[in-house]
Amino acid sequence: MSINGKAYIAGAYEHPTRKAPDKSVAQLHAECAVGALADAGLRKDDVDGYFCAGDAPGMGPLSMVDYMNLRVKHVDSTDIGGSSYIMAVGHAAEAIAAGKCSVALITLSGRPRSEGVQTGTAARPGNPQIADSPWESHFAPVTTNVYGMVAKRHMHQFGTTSEQLAWIKVAASHHAQWNEHAMLRNVVTVQEVLDSPMVSDPLHRLDCCIISDGGGALVVVKPEIARQLKRPLVKIMGAAEAPKGQMGGDVDLSYCGAAWSGPAAFAEAGVKPADMKYASIYDSFTITVLMQLEDLGFCAKGEGGRFVMDGNLISGVGKLPFNTDGGGLCNNHPANRGGITKVIEAVRQLRGEAHPKVQVPNCDLAVATGIGGLLGSRHGAATVVLGRE
Amino acid sequence: MSERKITAPANNPESEPFYKAAEEGKFLIRRCTACKKAHWYPRAVCPFCFGETAWEEASGKGVIYSYSPMRRAGYTLAYVTLAEGPTMMTNIVDTDPDSLSIGQAVKLKFVPTDGGPPVPCFTAA
Repeated sequence: MSINGKAYIAGAYEHPTRKAPDKSVAQLHAECAVGALADAGLRKDDVDGYFCAGDAPGMGPLSMVDYMNLRVKHVDSTDIGGSSYIMAVGHAAEAIAAGKCSVALITLSGRPRSEGVQTGTAARPGNPQIADSPWESHFAPVTTNVYGMVAKRHMHQFGTTSEQLAWIKVAASHHAQWNEHAMLRNVVTVQEVLDSPMVSDPLHRLDCCIISDGGGALVVVKPEIARQLKRPLVKIMGAAEAPKGQMGGDVDLSYCGAAWSGPAAFAEAGVKPADMKYASIYDSFTITVLMQLEDLGFCAKGEGGRFVMDGNLISGVGKLPFNTDGGGLCNNHPANRGGITKVIEAVRQLRGEAHPKVQVPNCDLAVATGIGGLLGSRHGAATVVLGRE
Repeated sequence: MSERKITAPANNPESEPFYKAAEEGKFLIRRCTACKKAHWYPRAVCPFCFGETAWEEASGKGVIYSYSPMRRAGYTLAYVTLAEGPTMMTNIVDTDPDSLSIGQAVKLKFVPTDGGPPVPCFTAA
């Protein structure tokens, strides 16, 4: 069974806040749910499926289902980090295709900025119950250094340079200047990225995403409902997920799980990377984008550095417009999880509702892909292919 | 740079024999009794064939697969590929991070931890 054409994204909402010291996490989830349902033209009581992940307070989906007082017949809180919400789009489509629900709500929210979380540099305490922790936690794999090792290896193996990685941030900043909600709206240069402080060699501060409060929500519906609504039809054509780890010690940092999730999602959709008019690519770090571009097949393995240079990711300039909202590098990275905003901007592009300065003309095919967890140790890749009907 | 103080490792029944040996200066890895392949991190069930595994003493020799120095925090996270095959996460210690390179030979150095058994770090060979 394929999910191609079995479900549509009818509602998408990105919370405008980037700092919310006066709101609870549950409240942010609910505000996003309200926004996405209003966007779809649906009501609370239409929701019969609920999807969330590790940012949702409480046990799995239970607290949020209770907070919002939903009467649902299908729930899923599978957590693969920041890409969970891209995966949830696929899981919602599967549930709808199987007749388990008709209107699926996906929410994400968090307040790492207000709570002062040192997201990228704080060591996680050891936990003997977690299989890898007795072997790793004391070595302080934070976030930046685990991604840093991937970048270092890519540079060694393929000759990728810091200048090339910087182009990814430069492209994101060109898009963010038009987004009134973006946390960083200033356009930066390659040199400014290289001049920013080194956080974990070879990643500079401007190679890293921002830390923001906020959230987002999506509403996925069955085709009969989508056609009754007034919103443009955004069809889910293909979806796949792929966890990747250290493979028993056969560590290979030259590729990521997108090498598995990408081809599977494109195959289900019956399209090729070259057909994509727009790509939302999870940008926790510049290297995260580079790896996914290669592994999705937008360029050959090792060619990512040359692919992203000279504005090739800038809308209206390059061949592959990416993250036209400014992405996690400049706009928003709510709850330290950028998956949902990737899908939201892809929906905006397919509806023709992106900012006019970054809207891709006749955008009828798009991909949203993400890496959750830690790219260099254990991560979860998820990819969805979407089309305007 | 001043080096980071390493915290005591989390420990569970699967890792206890390793750290007990570490206190005696022995560096153990685990190898499958069925497929004969060594793996990392050590586990009771072979990650390649689901066979049974057993401890053995390793050489402590390896090469850097990748690394990322955090100079301000005073440590370097790394992957080191052991002579026995598997690649493990570790810290590179007692070495100027600017002198490191991928492919460089390194050797084991057990480093004391804050109130726990020593942990397997590596230094320039």
